[in-house]
Amino acid sequence: MSAEKKTEFHVVNHSVPRRDGRVKVTGKAMYVSDMKLTGMAYTKVLRSPYAHAKIVSIDASRAASQPGVYCVITGNDLEGLNPYYGHAVKDHPLLAIEKVRYAGEPVAAVVAVDERAAFCALEHIDVKYEELKPVLTPEEAMAKDAPLLHERKFEAGALRGFEGEVTAGRGTNICQEHHLKWGDVEEAFKNAAAVVEGEYYFPMTYAYAMEAYVAIADVQEAAVTVYSSAQHPFMVRHDLKSVFNLPVSQVRLIVPFVGGGYGSKSYTKIEPLAAACSWKAKRPVKLQLTIEEAMLTTRSDDAYTWMRTAVDANGKIIARQAKIYMNTGAYAENSPLVVEKSTNRCVGPYAIPNVQIDNYSYYTNTVPASSYRGFGCAQVTLPGESQIDELAAKIGKDAYEFRLANAAKPGEEFMPKMRPFDGTLKEDLDIAAKAIGWKEPIAKGHGRSIACSTSDAGAYPLTSTAVRVHADGSVTIMTGSTELGQGSHTVIPQIAAEELGVPFENVHVVSSDTAITPYDRSTGASRTTTLMGSAVLEASREAIQQMVVMAADVLKVKVEQIQVIRGGVRCGEAQLNWSEVISKYYALPDGEVIGRAYIRKSGKFSQIPVFWETVSTGVEVAIDEETGKINVEKLVTVGDVGLAINPALVEGQDIGAATMGMGIGLFEELVYQGPQLMNGSILDYRLPRFADLPKKVDLHLVQNRDGVGPYGAKGGGEGSLNSMAANIANAVERAVGVRIRSAPLTPEKVWRALKDKKAGGKK
Amino acid sequence: MKLQFNLNGRSTETEYEHQETLAEVLRERLNLTGTKLSCEVQVCGACTVLVDGLPVSACTMLAYEARGRNVVSIEGLAKPDGTLHPIQQAFIDEFAFQCGFCTPGMILAAKALLDENPQPTRDEIIHYMDGNICRCTGYVSIVRAIQKVAGTLEESKK
Repeated sequence: MSAEKKTEFHVVNHSVPRRDGRVKVTGKAMYVSDMKLTGMAYTKVLRSPYAHAKIVSIDASRAASQPGVYCVITGNDLEGLNPYYGHAVKDHPLLAIEKVRYAGEPVAAVVAVDERAAFCALEHIDVKYEELKPVLTPEEAMAKDAPLLHERKFEAGALRGFEGEVTAGRGTNICQEHHLKWGDVEEAFKNAAAVVEGEYYFPMTYAYAMEAYVAIADVQEAAVTVYSSAQHPFMVRHDLKSVFNLPVSQVRLIVPFVGGGYGSKSYTKIEPLAAACSWKAKRPVKLQLTIEEAMLTTRSDDAYTWMRTAVDANGKIIARQAKIYMNTGAYAENSPLVVEKSTNRCVGPYAIPNVQIDNYSYYTNTVPASSYRGFGCAQVTLPGESQIDELAAKIGKDAYEFRLANAAKPGEEFMPKMRPFDGTLKEDLDIAAKAIGWKEPIAKGHGRSIACSTSDAGAYPLTSTAVRVHADGSVTIMTGSTELGQGSHTVIPQIAAEELGVPFENVHVVSSDTAITPYDRSTGASRTTTLMGSAVLEASREAIQQMVVMAADVLKVKVEQIQVIRGGVRCGEAQLNWSEVISKYYALPDGEVIGRAYIRKSGKFSQIPVFWETVSTGVEVAIDEETGKINVEKLVTVGDVGLAINPALVEGQDIGAATMGMGIGLFEELVYQGPQLMNGSILDYRLPRFADLPKKVDLHLVQNRDGVGPYGAKGGGEGSLNSMAANIANAVERAVGVRIRSAPLTPEKVWRALKDKKAGGKK
Repeated sequence: MKLQFNLNGRSTETEYEHQETLAEVLRERLNLTGTKLSCEVQVCGACTVLVDGLPVSACTMLAYEARGRNVVSIEGLAKPDGTLHPIQQAFIDEFAFQCGFCTPGMILAAKALLDENPQPTRDEIIHYMDGNICRCTGYVSIVRAIQKVAGTLEESKK
């Protein structure tokens, strides 16, 4: 852990212990998996064995009469509901209707007294399918004779802040396209001093949140309550409101602790199905997926990218062009936004005068793809940062110096019409280079790389909160931000404690209950510290303003005579802390003051993105040339975070994200063989383990207070994932002289590349 | 059927069916939900409990196998007065968890390690703990927490 600087702050910018520490180390932290409601039934899901098929008939009568079974629900039983949901496009039926679009799609669900009874009844459901030709890759999906996955147009969902037009369901398999263009790329490439060009593949991956998707739904007449492992309860509320055609006030999402999200629990997943089960069974129903089922629920978009990048004679990057084909699977989920984000993130943190990016995502008969930590950035940073290294080598420049020479400068509008760059990339790269030992001698078979990325982060600024100051001076913050492990239950009270001047120990959080906590759009895109943090800061200040007025009333003086001091007020000799202000005002040791704040796209949040999430990373790898195995020996992260409200938590995010990125760089990949997912369990999907931990890990934070968030903070949490695959590919190239353009860089891939090289083959 | 075993230092008796796993008995019959289920194929370690002092995956151990034996789950680690076990405290101090879902199993695996080898080297920690997956922390802070309890943190710190 890096040493903490001396700070002017009392509570923020300190690594105070996690608020959820004690409950999490004693096993008392409550997750939805741990919950039971009185009278609760359990449901299990029957999934399609086919990737693309018509459902000819379903006979559930035998299953419905099995012991312990309350009911069976199929796509034929959904009359009275609006069964299609989706925050981007409403293309996703909560159970397959008329046809199935991927192997693993829910076709029916059994509700029973316990999970075992529900599971045993599944085999008694008779489904007759008529197989259709599946499309499995973007290439197959765009073929002229490709079968269509979706035959009709869809209604748009609740996604605002999404700039593109919905293109799904318009007679092709294109789910979404997005284009970015400025300057004249053709002219620039004609005049370039050097150009690199290549094709890259970024694999489909699984987030493996250790708590699989789970929901408990209780649907009563005209009211829906769902306990869920969802990251964004308010977005799920919107989908359920539409499925059940209810007012917002009658749909309640409650999210306790969540066992990992990493984007995979963004937006609506299994909640409509759980709620439909409860609606039909007329009792509370728990739907707990297994990990194997979670792997059939959401994955990341894999991406095929063609890219070229050019420099002029002075070593200035003058043009970048890319065509990206993303594989979004059977339903849109969040992929329309992933497409938009990956288009923007293709440019990298460089000011490039000529850019053209064309990005298409295709529906295929595979598991639906959606958000995954970094939102499309890693997919395009593999090509982007690989080409920076290749280009530097081509013109005989040091890759680090080449990045420095082209890095976006603080305040520079490097992406037209977007927020000017709010980081200090040169400083970041400098720290990364020193930490990785860029200029130091290196052992044979070892290679180093440093790389960087920036993301248009923060999603959409729409956040509200209430800060309740009680008569004893303690504080309850009502926040819609979900505690996924990132530490929002710690950071949010730190900000309120700083502003109100009360001890951190006296500030607590109530979170993520849509009936109680004010609207917060989402917990993702690294937005909570910046947006919810700003809301909590403003609401605390608003509470102080109210308490100043109350103090004037209590002291029978004019408001202007009241001076705010840390934790209270002063007027002449008289001094009152908040507890005294409130209890004297109400003339009882009870009562409260409620500070409020609403953040919207205005003022300092009027520019998009909310902030640039900028991270540099470095690796040193060692290659075993006999086997092709890569060992990551050293790992460096440099988070350009403005101000770390809790440095230890930020470093935890950086190393966590970097480790996921390292996993994708080395071995993580969902593998399809034909229409079937071949490695759909944790036995077969290789994850980073203790033994993969690099020998030396060095985590750095750059804190120049240049963000729009509280005290100059910006978000973190995704950034260090994005450049890791490119870093590993670049380091391998430097170690053993082979350029690999697809992740993961498995031993086999490296070994084959080395063999080709020895055979004189060019790659 | 009745299952009798020693759970967290107390003699315990519960009804169960022959197909139930130890994790099911702990979570469903005894409402001790600190033992988490994730992969359910003995790969991730989230469900780790100690049986006669050794780490075991409760997701795949039949409850029947636990009859008459000493089982420790995460609920049995802190003292009755609430004082945390040193490993629990070190996990808090070193930020050795985020979402917390792997934490009960991780802490119990660490306890088994330190009971067997009170001063493990970094390599020994990594080797022993390799059966427990954490998706949040990148493991760095977990190794540090275990080193802290073992008293070997200072020497390994840069």
